[in-house]
Amino acid sequence: MKRRDFLKSTAVIVAGASVSLSALEFVDPKELLAANPQLRWGFLVDTHKCVGCGFCVKACKTENDIPFEANVTRTWVERYVIKTDGEVVMDCPKGARDGFTTKLLDQGASGNRLIPENEIAQAFFVPKLCNHCSTPACVQVCPVGATYQTADGTVLVDRTWCIGCGYCIMGCPYGVRFFHPVEHVADKCTFCYHRISKGGNTACAQACPFGARQIGNLKDPNDPVAQALMNQRVGVLRDEYGTKPNVYYIGLNKEVR
Amino acid sequence: MVEQVAQMIVHGEAWTIKDLFVLPNEYVYWSIQIVMYPYMTGLVAGAFVLSSLYHVFNVEKLKAIARYALVFSFALLPVAMMPLMLHLMQPLRGIHVLMTPHFTSAISAFGIVFMAYACIVAAEIWFVYRKFIVESIHRLEQKSNRSGLEKILLPIYKVISLGAMDLSSEALESDHKAVKFLAGLGIPVACFLHGYAGFIFGSVKANALWMTPLMPVIFICSAIVSGIALCILSYYIFMEMRKWAAKRGKNWLLPDALAQGGTAIPVEQLRSIQDHEVKMTSKYLLIFMTLAITLEVLDMIFRGYTAVKSWDALRMVIYEHDFMKIFVYQYGLGNFLPFLMLLLPGLTTRRAVIASILVLFGVFMMRWNVVIGGQAFSLTFAGFMEYHLPIIPHDIETFKEGLGGALSVIVTPFIIFYFLNMIFPAFMSDDEAH
Ligand code: SF4
Ligand code: SF4
Repeated sequence: MKRRDFLKSTAVIVAGASVSLSALEFVDPKELLAANPQLRWGFLVDTHKCVGCGFCVKACKTENDIPFEANVTRTWVERYVIKTDGEVVMDCPKGARDGFTTKLLDQGASGNRLIPENEIAQAFFVPKLCNHCSTPACVQVCPVGATYQTADGTVLVDRTWCIGCGYCIMGCPYGVRFFHPVEHVADKCTFCYHRISKGGNTACAQACPFGARQIGNLKDPNDPVAQALMNQRVGVLRDEYGTKPNVYYIGLNKEVR
Repeated sequence: MVEQVAQMIVHGEAWTIKDLFVLPNEYVYWSIQIVMYPYMTGLVAGAFVLSSLYHVFNVEKLKAIARYALVFSFALLPVAMMPLMLHLMQPLRGIHVLMTPHFTSAISAFGIVFMAYACIVAAEIWFVYRKFIVESIHRLEQKSNRSGLEKILLPIYKVISLGAMDLSSEALESDHKAVKFLAGLGIPVACFLHGYAGFIFGSVKANALWMTPLMPVIFICSAIVSGIALCILSYYIFMEMRKWAAKRGKNWLLPDALAQGGTAIPVEQLRSIQDHEVKMTSKYLLIFMTLAITLEVLDMIFRGYTAVKSWDALRMVIYEHDFMKIFVYQYGLGNFLPFLMLLLPGLTTRRAVIASILVLFGVFMMRWNVVIGGQAFSLTFAGFMEYHLPIIPHDIETFKEGLGGALSVIVTPFIIFYFLNMIFPAFMSDDEAH
């Protein structure tokens, strides 16, 4: 089944239409969960492994039909350069779609900035994506319920129902949402729901040559992601907003915002 | 090819300039129309509260402007929804808010609150004008040679009279009671309608500038301020126009005269009513302004004093990027100057009107600084975004969310009022209605 069809049929539940479900070609998140009640999708990013090649961003754009030239993206990679004097300089040119190919840091209207090598204390990359929060701010604020949470924890947008008010974009503390330039509705990472719900991997994790990204079932104690959460020191981003994010980071610095 | 590239300009990109480190998906998504939205609902609420001052608290001095404020508030009402529709990416789906409201969202209640409020205002107007409507029906029916306009008006009046033709003193007395009750009920609902516009912003926890429980209260106070100021200003303008038109017999400028035939009020009387009402209303403007300014300054001081993590970025925005807009335009020109003008002894009508213009500008800047200023910094607090209002539109989006869209929103209430004034003459002399 195509993703679009899937979204359409999902829309039908959200719309509350009383069509007999068997009449539709249909993946019900609840059914999926019933088959595996111990399911809660989560994501693990190992920042030590990320080299900023941007393959994940490219793969995501292709897989999920986000126009390549558009300056929005469902996932992106940030570069952090911490100077010896403590200053932190960050950049993320075009969401790192083409990787980081220059030492110049893109500072928007302030132009490019080159930091002399002897002033650099450390530098690293941090991939970002939707955190599929357990108490998502975006779902809370959507006035029509077009953004919703499935039983297995992913947060999705119903393209047929979104009115395009942008409240969710404002409400998300992580800035992962945007308006799809072609569909003109709110859009964001779905954890490649159309793939993972059929046993596949996310496009970004599959594209990453260094294994910096991993999707997993947080409720399965044998899952590699769940095990990493148990055995390693991981952090999450901006937990002060109380959204309970589900993307975990190995090697998270206090400088990462 | 060009088309393809144009399509790839994502929403917000056309008017956002990013500086330093801003996340790739961050743009000024809520632009001029979201500035207009609380501004317009504020005007509605404010105008209504002004009219209620007379109807509920019997502030006799506000009698003439109260009726005008009520009708004008009704004319403003549909316009409060316009900016939202112009802002939506999928305007045709706007109705979904009513069909599947998701009640954890602050916006979802909009439809319900708005409708409730609209019903209250409509009902109040009906009771205020019922006597007039019935009299008009009798008057028009007796007329043998009805003009074209009158031919349209008669059925309209017949429909809106809802068949209630009783003009006995008991019936009029109960009309009076109903007006009082509705006006009383309307005040909390108007405050709710607008306070909740403040809540839409105040509850966005991701936004450091917006998130404060004071937001709804600040919004209500500034709403009343702007509503009163607009009533003073537009009342003055309409009165000027009426004086001018009455002298020259330009009836197309007097829609009520056009509809009801001949102006009853002589120019001299118009002038004295105008002076009296404008000055009286200014007093109330002053009271509410004090309240609004106090709250806003309190909010600012509190943020600076507690100085949580976001304060560094906020300080940059408040004291550097937006210094002119906040301290010069909003507080200086929009608050303190008119405040002084209204406070100084020997208030003239003209001074009150100029002060009202400044107040309107100040409240608009306040909305601007909240909505646009709230998006002036990145979620990372490490970068800034600047908003450039699209002036010359190059596609539908830059028209809707640009100067053109904003101006359409401003002009519409006056057009609606023109026609509404034919049916419900807002400048009627005292003894004709409640
Ligand atoms: S990261 Fe943002 S968009 Fe994703 S679930 Fe959390 S609040 Fe929603
Ligand atoms: S933009 Fe769409 S998904 Fe987001 S809050 Fe508005 S209606 Fe909901």
